[in-house]
Amino acid sequence: MALRKRSVGVVAVIAAAGLGLAACGQSSSGGGGDAIELTIAQNAIQGGKNEAAAKFIADWVIPKFQEAQKAKGKDVTVKFVPSGVDDEQYKTKLSLDLKSGKGADVIDIDSIWAGEFAEAGYIKPLTEVAGAEADSWDGWSQIPEAVQGMTEFNGKKYALPVGTDGRVLYFNKTLFAKAGLPADWQPKSWQEVLDAGTKLKSSGVPVPIQINAGTAMGEATSMQGVLPLLAGAGGEVQQDGKWSGASQPLKDALGLYQKIYGGGLGDPKLQQEAKGRDKSFQQFADGKIGILMEGDYFWRGVVNPKTGVAKMADRDQVVGYAMIPAMEPGKGIRGQDFVSMSGGALRTVNPNTKHPKEAFELLTFMLSPEALKEETKDGNVRITPRSDVNKEILAGEPLLTFISEKVLPLTAYRPPVAAYPQVSVALQEATAAVVGGTAPDQVAADYQKKLEGIVGGAGNIAS
Amino acid sequence: MAQATSPPETRPEDEAQAPRYSSDAAGLGKARAGAFAAPALLLIAVFLVFPALWVLYLGLTNYRLTGTAAAEPQFVGLDNLLDAVSNPTFWSSTWLTVQFVLGSAVIGQVGLGFAIAWLLRDRRGPLKRVVEGLVILAWILPSAIVSFLWVALLDRDGGTLNALLGLPGFAWLLDHPMLSIIVFNTWRGTAFSMMLYGAALGNVPPSHLESARLAGASGWQQLRDVVFPHIRGHILTNLLLISLWTFNDFSPFLLTAGGPDGKSEVLAVHVYKVALQSGELGYGAAVSTIILLINLVVAVFYLRLLRSKK
Amino acid sequence: MTRFVLGRIGFYTLIAVLLAFFTVPLLWLVTAPFTSDPTYEVRVPDFTWDNFAALLEHPYALPSLWNSVVLSAGTAVLVVIFAALAAYALSRVRLPGRDALLYALLLLSSIITGTAAMVPLFQLAVELNLIDSQFGLILILTGGLLPAAIFMLKDFMDSTPKSYEESARVFGASPLQIVRDVVVPLVRPGLATIAVWAVANVWGNFLMPYLLLSDVEKQPAAVITYTLYTEGGQANLSMLSTFGLLYSIPVVLMYLFVSKKYGFRFHGGIKR
Repeated sequence: MALRKRSVGVVAVIAAAGLGLAACGQSSSGGGGDAIELTIAQNAIQGGKNEAAAKFIADWVIPKFQEAQKAKGKDVTVKFVPSGVDDEQYKTKLSLDLKSGKGADVIDIDSIWAGEFAEAGYIKPLTEVAGAEADSWDGWSQIPEAVQGMTEFNGKKYALPVGTDGRVLYFNKTLFAKAGLPADWQPKSWQEVLDAGTKLKSSGVPVPIQINAGTAMGEATSMQGVLPLLAGAGGEVQQDGKWSGASQPLKDALGLYQKIYGGGLGDPKLQQEAKGRDKSFQQFADGKIGILMEGDYFWRGVVNPKTGVAKMADRDQVVGYAMIPAMEPGKGIRGQDFVSMSGGALRTVNPNTKHPKEAFELLTFMLSPEALKEETKDGNVRITPRSDVNKEILAGEPLLTFISEKVLPLTAYRPPVAAYPQVSVALQEATAAVVGGTAPDQVAADYQKKLEGIVGGAGNIAS
Repeated sequence: MAQATSPPETRPEDEAQAPRYSSDAAGLGKARAGAFAAPALLLIAVFLVFPALWVLYLGLTNYRLTGTAAAEPQFVGLDNLLDAVSNPTFWSSTWLTVQFVLGSAVIGQVGLGFAIAWLLRDRRGPLKRVVEGLVILAWILPSAIVSFLWVALLDRDGGTLNALLGLPGFAWLLDHPMLSIIVFNTWRGTAFSMMLYGAALGNVPPSHLESARLAGASGWQQLRDVVFPHIRGHILTNLLLISLWTFNDFSPFLLTAGGPDGKSEVLAVHVYKVALQSGELGYGAAVSTIILLINLVVAVFYLRLLRSKK
Repeated sequence: MTRFVLGRIGFYTLIAVLLAFFTVPLLWLVTAPFTSDPTYEVRVPDFTWDNFAALLEHPYALPSLWNSVVLSAGTAVLVVIFAALAAYALSRVRLPGRDALLYALLLLSSIITGTAAMVPLFQLAVELNLIDSQFGLILILTGGLLPAAIFMLKDFMDSTPKSYEESARVFGASPLQIVRDVVVPLVRPGLATIAVWAVANVWGNFLMPYLLLSDVEKQPAAVITYTLYTEGGQANLSMLSTFGLLYSIPVVLMYLFVSKKYGFRFHGGIKR
């Protein structure tokens, strides 16, 4: 026994040495006089996912911000903590960090996570963390109400918006010309989309219409599929705190899926493949898809002739775009003729930060007109949250101007609550079932049943 | 002298027959043996047993990654387990896992691994090295890369397999998802069994095989009467480990993402989806607990099966 | 005679099928990195080095390979040493409840490598101040691999002859010396196999390194592989295939080295 004790002691020494080593490996933050160290985390990394954002922070934000702080007599060092993984994995890591009182001082999150993070106490209202400056920031006046809404949960602002986006119908003008369809196509009802699909089909287009479905595409099915259709039929997943079950709008939206995939106007297999969305991009670029519902990312990052993943050298000539029509004019949500869905990223201050004031300053610094203009230079244009900046930078960008001016005013957002991701999966499963041949009414009923399990009983579902 | 290949659990009988020192030949003694095992056991206690028990506990709560249940998880007892067993997805996942383990681990990896080891048992030289090298290569390549290799192999349009078979447009991963991941996992994991049986066969005394051959035993009879009794312990070890690992193998996710429509959602993928993608950590932990129980049953089954005859 | 010929033909046919089965999936890995704009289709490459040039400019790719080496070598060393000592002790001395303990640990190890364990492991690492430390990660990975390693090694230890140890003991060697000078040489191929097994396990591990290491400069290649995507989650196939090739080379080299030096068979024992 004595021997065993001794060996335990030996191991304890080894372990202690290890801990010492580990402690040495950690950069000491915050210590040492007036020097302030801030960290900023994003799901972006040089040489990988969202590279431009990572570069912008490393090359412009950090040096300029440090300089600006120095001018105020503060010694601030900023460090970027890159990631470059699936959103769920990034979210998992953020949650674990925040739960343990760790994490970067400034963090980027998807706007859809705001509610669940707030409920878990991972993030706090900006005024609580950073003080009254958060409300009096002069940038708010430049940010449209709807975009500000993304940052709110239970009426309080939890973050600054980083950007937003919108969904449209893209179409291939070359294929349209062959099928005898106009180059300035703008359908006014679902029937007109189906009619165009039929014409494309008879002119020999392999995949006339691609509207994402199924679970393999994940959130892309929700955002570029069932949710815009639901909105077009006048429905929302959640309204006034109640979830919509097997509602008529849902049945209508699923009915459109049935018409497309049951009627040979789309490729049902593509919806099931693990890399189906990548493939849909490639097929569109190869001129095999006639009509595709996608976000502005498709234009900027996929068929972009310079940096896209499925480059189209003649994008500006060949790719047309149109607003997503409601089922029939006036039948969309809020009685609209056209609909869309939007999301966006948020940036907030970690409640665990030692330097909330400086962290908030960094937040506003990155959303200053100068920073946004710098960030969107050199073909990296996207829709920023600021109207004053958008006017200037979107000038040479017809599609982004189109989305900013025509689509964003009528767009809708997802409910930012913790149950949404599961509801979204249930919706994706519903589309998969319809594409697989089940009748929409049956699928809608199944969805309602599943929904009851997710949101805690039939009481939370509007009948 | 102790049986060179006796399975671990036959040790008590050996010891009963032989004087104690023949087992503890180096005169270790219990205290020093404890000291030898202590570092490993300490690491295991801290980094394995403790968190594993924690997982079992989480399975009894409604803990989630985010939302109110993350801030104040509630103890819900067996609710998660009951939810799981009343959930048809769980049962279909369990059934798929059984197919996956039987197909890719027991038949695929163990069968193919043994076959290769047996075919190459008396060979030396480049042929053996090339075959073994390729089999092992499939095993040591990182799974993130391997998944891309197999997508490239099985792809509907540009896939190598369809090009070789002249079947353009055949969707292996969609129309035969289970077959795909079973063949994939056989490819991926055969090396371990091959190495283990290669080692085991090397320990079968050549003289025994020789006398069996002289007595006119067929290849099958040699296998059954001479080889099998010698490698029984290795078969047990191998089946146990391979089944356990395959049960918990999440790499089919990289190939099919559990799809299409959950048709290849084995339990490990189910847990990944539930725990990481939906953030339902309590429920995910409960399913892990069930996997543990199934593994326990499987282990006991193997032990009974291969221990029965001495 | 015909039987012999048929046997030969059968043998080589089987070998040919096996070779094809294990080679065909690898074709993409050896062609795509040398192809401009590769797709999932295996094509005759146009032998460009552009993909490699692009990879060299990647700020984290090559350092991450080094991190992978550190993590997997560190884990393999700990696993082999601790597992060998424990397996030897458990093989030679009958501690109470030994077998039941081993089986229980083996079963628990399957839980710890699953997704559900990420929260306990993360919070444990936080409490022990092992977050963002490669050493801490090595300890955690080692803990998960040890039961299976002990289990396998105990098998090998059981099957080594005890007579050498007795002789060494007669000559007055201490138990530690006996392990080092007598037992280890006998089971060396087994140790090598365990080491390779441990390396292969750590080499491909993504989730724990990602969760436990925040600093990108400490992250291994498995994590960096997952970053070679674009904003919308599209795989960057030219980078992925090229990095995949580089990522695979160290483990292949290790295999060649180990198999040349130690072999993967356990023929160290006495042939009877």
